[in-house]
Amino acid sequence: MSTPDLAAATVVKRFADHVAVDSLSFEVERGSFFSILGPSGCGKTTLLRMIAGFIAPDGGEIAIGGNSMRGVPPNRRPVNMVFQQLALFPMMSVGENVAFGLARRGVGRAERVKRSNAMLERVGLGGAAGKRVDALSGGQRQRVAIARSLVLEPTLLLLDEPLGALDLKLREHMKIELKQLQASFGTTFVYITHDQSEALVLSDHVAVMSRGRFEQLGTPQDLYYRPQTPFVAGFVGANNRIVGRTTHTDGPIAEIASTDGWVVRARKTGALSPGDAVEVFVRPEVAILARSDAELPADQPRHSGEVQSVLFDGANSAVLLQESRTRREFRIALPQTGRFSDLKPREKVSFSFDPSRAVCFPARTGAAGPDA
Amino acid sequence: MLEPAIDRRWHGRLALGLLLAPAVVWLGALIVLPHVDLAVLSLRERVGPRQYVAGWAQYRTFFAEPLYWHVFLRTAVMSVIATALTLLLAFPIAWIIAKLARGRAGSLLFIVCLIPFWVSETVRTLGWMILLRESGVLPALMVKLGLTAVPVELLYRDTTILVGLVYTSLLFMVVPLVSSLESLDDSLIEAAYDLGSGGWAILRSIVIPHAAPGITAGCIVVFMLTLGNYLTPTLLGGKNSQWFTEQIYTQFITRFNWEQGAAFGFLLLGLSTAMVMLGLRLSGQRFGDVMQRT
Repeated sequence: MSTPDLAAATVVKRFADHVAVDSLSFEVERGSFFSILGPSGCGKTTLLRMIAGFIAPDGGEIAIGGNSMRGVPPNRRPVNMVFQQLALFPMMSVGENVAFGLARRGVGRAERVKRSNAMLERVGLGGAAGKRVDALSGGQRQRVAIARSLVLEPTLLLLDEPLGALDLKLREHMKIELKQLQASFGTTFVYITHDQSEALVLSDHVAVMSRGRFEQLGTPQDLYYRPQTPFVAGFVGANNRIVGRTTHTDGPIAEIASTDGWVVRARKTGALSPGDAVEVFVRPEVAILARSDAELPADQPRHSGEVQSVLFDGANSAVLLQESRTRREFRIALPQTGRFSDLKPREKVSFSFDPSRAVCFPARTGAAGPDA
Repeated sequence: MLEPAIDRRWHGRLALGLLLAPAVVWLGALIVLPHVDLAVLSLRERVGPRQYVAGWAQYRTFFAEPLYWHVFLRTAVMSVIATALTLLLAFPIAWIIAKLARGRAGSLLFIVCLIPFWVSETVRTLGWMILLRESGVLPALMVKLGLTAVPVELLYRDTTILVGLVYTSLLFMVVPLVSSLESLDDSLIEAAYDLGSGGWAILRSIVIPHAAPGITAGCIVVFMLTLGNYLTPTLLGGKNSQWFTEQIYTQFITRFNWEQGAAFGFLLLGLSTAMVMLGLRLSGQRFGDVMQRT
């Protein structure tokens, strides 16, 4: 196997009162799209800025393309960054922005113009070299920012939530464009975001970060279907969360009684014995909705509830129920068939889910927060 | 039916007029009128007691007498030097206030720059004279430290005048610089650093172009203040100062030659206007933009 483009070994960064990055070790394969996904304040920006060289780690080692980056300033690293607010130079034209890094490397004027024009062409902005930066649309500016970095042929391209400032429609569009750009250039991308959809759609590998540590590192499918920790289950994708204690276990399946007395069954993760505090996660699309018990699969435990509200959102439509005994909220995705399009609030319904597709984890110590 | 609307419009105009009145009086009565009078004065020639004819005699005198235009040029050059020195000194200070000092430290530094202006310029300059004169504190200290054998006269030197002028002007340079540097997004600096720039390249290609309106505004203000300064060059430079404002003062007060003084006044006005235009042209700025951005 070739040397990874980025290798971090027990990287630590402390600020006055807390540990922002807590001895992280990971590798990013050459040519892959790697995302770091986490809520704000999880330390992902600190990590990215350490890779770029703007802040020095307190401990550990970062190697890029096999070379240690200890003591190497940002302007000497084979790394370029696309900033959150893009940071295009307003005092320069689009072409000058793209040629900026080349000029700093002492590339001659004619060659600079040639290479920056070729790069603009590749990102679909041919002929825009003479324009002012503020004459471009949000998506075009995004592409200029990426072109400005890629023209230097960096080993790694770092992207700091570059889609955050765009409106929803453009963001969806740029997501696809970013993925295509990465595929066509083959440059290794390290992308940080708090938006799980961006991370899932774009990445080959995603690291879910919380409190300075990686909760789980894996493919988007791993994270979605096989979360290893309650944090990942709660953060990646929508999930119904039920807190309770195991009553007994039955092979890979555990039976859990929630704090308010609702009994559910789920696949257990890690060792669990009866009486342990657990968190159960059930994805909205895993549950099956029916108007009567008879329509539900015979081998699944059945539950009943009352429709609280119908959340119509095209293909992402869902219904919000209240479990009849505990009045606990439960979200179920509506099938695409339109079978439940006439569902009304206060209607009584039945539902069930396959216990092997629901997961339960030993409860996090000190984990509070609302059921999700 | 239309009357109330007309009435309201008339009220609006009256209010605007009243609000503008002090400014109009200020400009008209105190700036424009005296200047018109001075212009008329400068363009007449005395041919006998209380007998005047229109003519360029005062301006001819200026060019015919080397002392006058030597002093004129000297004042211009010294003012340019003082402005440049002020910029060099103020830029790092403004950078620290705008970018490095956080919160209270920044305002504290600003106050440190402001404090000298709580003391009147006259008192401040007289204080400097006590420090710098031959029998003063600094020459005595230099003798004690063995730097000089005998006390040296530090007053009445060009350097002393420059130091005094820079000191007086510093705040007027720091204020526009701070406001233009504060509006510079830190991520632009980081982006330039990330794309391979060193410190000087960032300063040249990012910071200075961004701060250009602030730099120009500061330079205009400082240059005008310096060129028209009377107290500092006169007190610190004594007879050697040869500042053009002194010539104007002499013509008006000592020689009682108001016609010549008025002509000198207009020459100084022309000089400062020309220099400001030249500065704007060289830096590629427009006056309106500069005044708007600061």
